[in-house]
Amino acid sequence: MKRDRTVALVLGSFVLLAIAGPWLPQWAMFIMTVAFARGLVALGLLLLLRTGLVSFGQALFYCLGAYSAGALGRFFGISDIFVEMLVGGAVAAAIALVLGFLLARYRGIFFGLLSLALSMILYGLLVKTEALGSTDGFNILPSTLFGARPGPDWVRYTVLLSAAGVASVAALLVHRYLQTPLGRLAPAIKDNEIRVEYMGASARHAVHVKYVIAAALAGIGGALAATTVGHIDPEMAYWTTSGEFIFIAILAGTGNVIAPFVGALIYGAIHTMAYDVSPNTWQMSLGAALLALIVFLPEGLWSIAGRLRAQWR
Amino acid sequence: MKIVNVTHGSFYAIGAYAAASLTAAWLARGYPPMLSYVVLVVAAIVVAAPFALFIERAILRYLYARDEVVILLATYALFLILEDVVKLIWGVNPYYIAQPYALLGSFQVAGMAYPTYNLVLVAAAIFFGGGLAWLLHGTRAGKLLVAVIHDPEVSRAMGVNVGRYYLATFVLGSLLAALAGAFTAPTVSVVPGLGVEVIVLSFAVVVIGGLGSLPGAALGAVIVGVVRSLSVHYLPQVELFVIYFVMAAVLALRPRGLFSLAEPRKI
Repeated sequence: MKRDRTVALVLGSFVLLAIAGPWLPQWAMFIMTVAFARGLVALGLLLLLRTGLVSFGQALFYCLGAYSAGALGRFFGISDIFVEMLVGGAVAAAIALVLGFLLARYRGIFFGLLSLALSMILYGLLVKTEALGSTDGFNILPSTLFGARPGPDWVRYTVLLSAAGVASVAALLVHRYLQTPLGRLAPAIKDNEIRVEYMGASARHAVHVKYVIAAALAGIGGALAATTVGHIDPEMAYWTTSGEFIFIAILAGTGNVIAPFVGALIYGAIHTMAYDVSPNTWQMSLGAALLALIVFLPEGLWSIAGRLRAQWR
Repeated sequence: MKIVNVTHGSFYAIGAYAAASLTAAWLARGYPPMLSYVVLVVAAIVVAAPFALFIERAILRYLYARDEVVILLATYALFLILEDVVKLIWGVNPYYIAQPYALLGSFQVAGMAYPTYNLVLVAAAIFFGGGLAWLLHGTRAGKLLVAVIHDPEVSRAMGVNVGRYYLATFVLGSLLAALAGAFTAPTVSVVPGLGVEVIVLSFAVVVIGGLGSLPGAALGAVIVGVVRSLSVHYLPQVELFVIYFVMAAVLALRPRGLFSLAEPRKI
């Protein structure tokens, strides 16, 4: 059996980032933190994609996480990064648990469009809610860590390190989960659901569990994005946001739990560069990149690593 | 075709822009305004057709063998590209052409003025819907198309030129979207972002009706239209998301839409 280097790779990257962090420029830290937030959402999508499900509504939980974090600051004056992420993830998971009873019955395009509909309902609600800033959204308190407020030079680094820590833990947990019997059902459901049922496993239950996990990850990602960017608005629940996440997940490929974070980083880089090179036509560059990937790299960027390894042997 | 095509929104926008800009030019030259309806239709078709042909031949035909979701993503990518192409060609300023709308005047229904143009639109929709149904069920080409969609491999084995049917279907569908855009153009101001709004709405329509069902799409459109107008009238706060609410409710009761066909189980 092939040796699994995922755990070592995750921990190694984290240590490397922690050491190299203070020398990074501020903008790079910002891009990386946002990439971690998006990567968390894409990690949840990876779980669903492996099951053969494409959720066009992950923005629902991303937005829920962000607004939960925002509400904590606005109504309770709490701005601790970890509390925000915890609450964001918990709220998203709770909502997903309820919605899951409905959604776990659907497959294919219907799953995608129903999840899209749900996220658009949240978008509509938020746009009409004056108390939460309507279309403008509202600003979030500056991040703190365990009651301490890091100095202005260190805020970005602290947030980045917290993000990296949470992302590493999440990646390792998902990696572990994929090796449990319930996790291993994912590709089985994708291939042939009826046979899964014949074996005595409940596909619906497995999908429900994965949906809740994916939602919790998206909620944490949303809270993280909120505290990093410092501002939230209903646009976070719009269907194009979900499109971005699917873009990242497909870009990265579903081969490994590290892939979504690499994908998010590359997506951030493409996005930023596209803005830089052609501010008015960045969508076009983004679309062209996505199209090229779909045509030439069907398994995502992660498949490059596999091909290289095969060549070395 | 079992394709969820996001570029449909782009074709709607392209049709609307082409119709709006060319009709405006037509009217500005002082040509007979009654002929502007012809310009409206011709403009949309002439401008949208090359786009549709190019997209199908250059990109989509290489992807048919892949997953439905992959095709969906590819069309999403194309949608992003086309969105900017539209901005590059027509700029970001809104276009107005109200003449074709005002020209037909209005008539009285139960004491209210109702624009004749809207009535013509309804007639056009029924005409196109009927035409499409006839094409699919009444002609040899249409029946072959249904067969091709059901099983491309067997159709190919029987000697059907599958690629040509795919091309024809995609172009026809895109042109219908462009025409819809052209017909709507006189009633609204044509602005960027037109495609984004309409695409999600039309997904809601076909999902409510059941994918791939013509009567379903017609019924879905009526439901969406009526529900939206009712909500604007009685409960304007929910107008933005009431459609999605209806869609979720329909799917909760009939998981594959109202007019869904039975699916064989794969064992």
